[in-house]
Amino acid sequence: MGSSTSIQHQFAFQNAEKAFKAATLIQRWYRRYVARLEMRRQCTWSIFQSIEYAGQQDQIKLHDFFSYLMDHFTPSSHNERDFLDRMFTEERFPQDAEMEKYSDYESIEVPDSYTGPHLSFPLLPDHATALVEAFRLKQQLHARYVLNLLHETRKHLAQLPNINRLSTCYSEEITVCGDLHGQLDDLIFIFYKNGLPSPERAYVFNGDFVDRGKDSVEILMVLFAFMLVYPKEFHLNRGNHEDHMMNLRYGFTKEVMHKYKTHGKKILRTLQDVFCWLPLATLVDEKVLILHGGVSNRTDLELLAKLNRHKIVSTLRYKMRKENEKQAEEKRKANQTSSAQTPTPWFLPQSRSLPSSPFHLRSDKAPKTSRSSSIPCGAPLERKESSWQVQHSVGLELERCQQQVGFPVIREKEEPLLLTSKADPVVGERPEPTREEWKQVVDILWSDPMTQEGCKANTVRGGGCYFGPDVTEQLLQKYNLQLLIRSHECKPEGYEFCHNRKVLTIFSASNYYEVGSNRGAYVKLGPSLSPHIVQYQANKATHMLTMRQRISRVEESALRALREKLFAHSSDLLDEFKKHDADKTGLITLKDWAAAVESVLHLGLPWRMLWPQLVNTSMDNALEYKSWLEDLAKEQLSHENIQSSLLETLYRNRSNLETIFRIIDSDHSGFISLDEFRQTWKLFSSHMNINITDDCICDLARSIDFNKDGHIDINEFLEAFRLVEQSCSEGQPSDCPQSTNANDSDCSSSGAP
Amino acid sequence: MAEDKDREELALAEFHKKIKEAFEVFDHESNNTVDVREIGTIIRSLGCCPSEGELHDLLAEVEEEEPTGYIRYEKFLPVMTKVLQERRYRPIPEDVLLRAFEVLDFAKRGFLTKEELVKFMTEEGEPFSQEEMEEMLSAAIDPESNSINYKEYITMMVIDEN
Repeated sequence: MGSSTSIQHQFAFQNAEKAFKAATLIQRWYRRYVARLEMRRQCTWSIFQSIEYAGQQDQIKLHDFFSYLMDHFTPSSHNERDFLDRMFTEERFPQDAEMEKYSDYESIEVPDSYTGPHLSFPLLPDHATALVEAFRLKQQLHARYVLNLLHETRKHLAQLPNINRLSTCYSEEITVCGDLHGQLDDLIFIFYKNGLPSPERAYVFNGDFVDRGKDSVEILMVLFAFMLVYPKEFHLNRGNHEDHMMNLRYGFTKEVMHKYKTHGKKILRTLQDVFCWLPLATLVDEKVLILHGGVSNRTDLELLAKLNRHKIVSTLRYKMRKENEKQAEEKRKANQTSSAQTPTPWFLPQSRSLPSSPFHLRSDKAPKTSRSSSIPCGAPLERKESSWQVQHSVGLELERCQQQVGFPVIREKEEPLLLTSKADPVVGERPEPTREEWKQVVDILWSDPMTQEGCKANTVRGGGCYFGPDVTEQLLQKYNLQLLIRSHECKPEGYEFCHNRKVLTIFSASNYYEVGSNRGAYVKLGPSLSPHIVQYQANKATHMLTMRQRISRVEESALRALREKLFAHSSDLLDEFKKHDADKTGLITLKDWAAAVESVLHLGLPWRMLWPQLVNTSMDNALEYKSWLEDLAKEQLSHENIQSSLLETLYRNRSNLETIFRIIDSDHSGFISLDEFRQTWKLFSSHMNINITDDCICDLARSIDFNKDGHIDINEFLEAFRLVEQSCSEGQPSDCPQSTNANDSDCSSSGAP
Repeated sequence: MAEDKDREELALAEFHKKIKEAFEVFDHESNNTVDVREIGTIIRSLGCCPSEGELHDLLAEVEEEEPTGYIRYEKFLPVMTKVLQERRYRPIPEDVLLRAFEVLDFAKRGFLTKEELVKFMTEEGEPFSQEEMEEMLSAAIDPESNSINYKEYITMMVIDEN
C-alpha cells in the first residue's frame, strides 16, 4: 500500500508488458526465418525430384531414337550395318546349361596375396557377419567367391515361390527395409541399430538394392549371404532396378566392371539371371503385402503367384509370344506384292510369319524373300535373327511407351521375320511370358500411389501406373489384406503413409540426393502387425550441422544440378529470351525470364523464388541474359576449346548417349572405337536434326583425350562434361581448366539420374 | 490514368504469379490444395511477418466453413492478394529487432544467458514449442559461454537470409 508500491507495481507491469511485446516480436521474426528456410528446403526437394523424373523420361527418348533408326535409317555400308547390328543385338539369353558355365568359379584361383574375406559353402552365420565387417573395412570380395555365392543364391532363389510368406509366429519381429541403391553405409547402420538377421529377427528387403550408390556389389553380397544363412527368415523382393537394362544406365554395370575387371562380365551375366529369380512379393501373416512399386486396378495376385517369373528378364523389354498367326500370314502375303520393288533396310521386317516362339526356328517357316537383298548371305544369320527379335521387342516396348505417354501408335504391329533354315535347335528354351503376365509384373515394380481416385498410366516413369486410394481399398478387400508396404519413392522422412494409412512407403537410402537431403527409415512388424517406424540418417556429419546449414548444403547441390540443366539448353534459352526482348536491349525482366525458362525446361519449378539464387544481377529486375548464359557455360565446361554448341547438345543427351555407348560396348570394356563414336553421333544427330559435319565430330574426338589406338574411354568422354570438382565449388568456384579425375567409382552425380 | 491502371494490372498479375508459385510448392498432389499446416510457411515466404494470432485470423478467412484440413487455392488467392496489396504484416527491421532483445536484456550486458532466452521464448509472448526452442538454441547459443550475443546473432541471421 502506499504510492511507492503502486508505482512499483505499475513499473513492473509496464516492464512485463514490454517484455511480452519484445518476446512476441522476436518470436514473430524467428518464425518467419524458419518459414523461409522451410520454403527453401521444399524448393530444393522439388528441384531434385523434377530433375530425377525428367531424367527417367530419357528412357522414352532413347526409344524414340531406336524407333527413328528403325523407320528411317538405311545403312549404307557394311560397317554401318554391323554397327547397328551391335546396337540392336542382344546376346541370346543363356540356357540353364550355359548358366552353369557362366557361374563357373572353380577354375578361378584366389591368390595368396588376397587379403579380403574368404567364403566357404555352405555358408555359416559367421561368414555373413564377417562379410559385413570386411566390407565395413572397405575390403573387396574376390570374384571367385562372388560367383560362388551367386551360384548358390541362384539355386536357392529358384526354389522360392513368386510370393513368399512370412509369419510372425516364427519370428517375433519382422523388419522391412526399402530402397538401398548401393548405399552400404545405410545397410550397415540398419544392422547396427536394429541387430543382425537371426531366426528371431526376420528381414524383408524390398528391392532396388543396386544402382546410383557406389557399393551395390557389396550390398548384394551381404543380402545374398544372409539369405542363404537364414533362408526362412531373410527375404528379398525384386525391384525395378534389379534389371540389367536399368543397370546399364544407372551405374551398377559400371561399378561391377570397375571392381572386377577380369571377371566382371561373368558376374554380370550371372546376376542377370539371379535378378530374374528374385521373388516378386512377400506376404506377412496373410495380411500385409510387401512389394516394391505398387499395384494397379488389374493386379491379380493369383496370376502373379503362378507365372514363371524367371521369364521376365527385364521390365523394360518385352518379348512377345505369337499372337494371331493367321492374321500375320495374311499381312505377309499382302506385303510381299507391294514392297517387291523397294529395297528396304535389312533390319525392317518385311514378311511376317510367326514362329511359335521367337526362339524356335522351324524350317517350314522359311521366309519368302521380299526383303532387300543388300545383305550378303555370308553374314552370320544367327546374329541377325536375334537382332530382329530385339528390334521387334524394342519396337513393342516403344509402343508401350508411346501409349503410356499418350502418343498415337503410328506403326502397325509387325512381327519379326525369322530367317533361316539354319537349324539352331534352341529346344528347352523357356517359353515367353504373355503380355498380361509381363504387365502384371511391371505394375507391381513401377507403380506409385496418388491421392486422386482411379488408376492411370505412370507417364513420369514410363511404366506401371498411378493408383488411387480406391484401387488400394479394392485390392485389400479382394485379398483380405490390411496393409500394403512398398518403396520405390524417396521421402524426406524416409517413410510416408497414404491412402488412409493403408499404404506405407518405406525408403532406406538416407541422404539419397545429397548429404542431408532426407532420412532413411525401416519398419518393424510384430504379431499385432502395427507398423513401428525407425528413422535415421547415416552420416555423422549431418548431425553436427544446424538446420540452416543442412538445408544450405542440399540446396547448393540442387542448384548446381539445375544450372547444369540450364546450360544444357543454352541455345533454346537464348532464342526464348530474344523473343521477349523485341527492342534488343540485351535485358530480360524477372517475369519474362521465369516464363522463358519454364517454357524451355518444363520442370514446373518456382522460378521466381529461385531467381535470386540462379541469377547474379546488380539490377533489381533485369538480367543481361547473354552474359548470364556465358557464365553458365564457363561453369560447366572444363574444355574451353570445344565448340560449345556441339558440346551443349551432347551434354543434354549425355545420359542417353552413355546408355547407347554401354550397349555398344558389349564386352563392357569401357572403350568404344572412334568409328563407333562417330557413327553413334551421326545417327543421333540426324535424328535430332542437328547439322554436324563429320569434321566437327573428328575435331571433337581429337580434343577429347583418348588413347592413341583410336579408342575412346567412355568415362573420359563423359568426364568432359562434369562440373568443376566438388572441392573447387565448395569455396569459390575457381577456374579449374583441366578435366577432373575420372573417378570411376563415383557413380552418377545428383544431377544425372 | 490509363497508364496507372496498366501498371496496377501488371502489378496484380505479378502478385498472382508469386502467390501461385509459393502455393504450388506445397501443393504435393497437384490439385490446388495445400495442407492447412503449411499456410503459415507460404504466407511468410511471400514476405509477410504475421504473429501467430494474426496468422490464425488469416486462416479463418481462407478455411472452408467446415474445416477439411486443406486450404484451396481459390480461397487463398484473393485473401493473400489483398494482404500483399495492403502491405500487411511487414517484416521487422533489424534495429527494431535489436531493441527487442535489449528490452529483454534488463541488465544491458549485451547478451542473454541460455536460461533467460529459453524462459522468455517459452513462457512469454506466443511461446515456442520445444522443437522451435531447440532449433533456435542450436544456432544462437555460443556453447562456451552458454549465452547469446544477440547483436552478432542478428547480424548472422540477416546475412544468412541474403
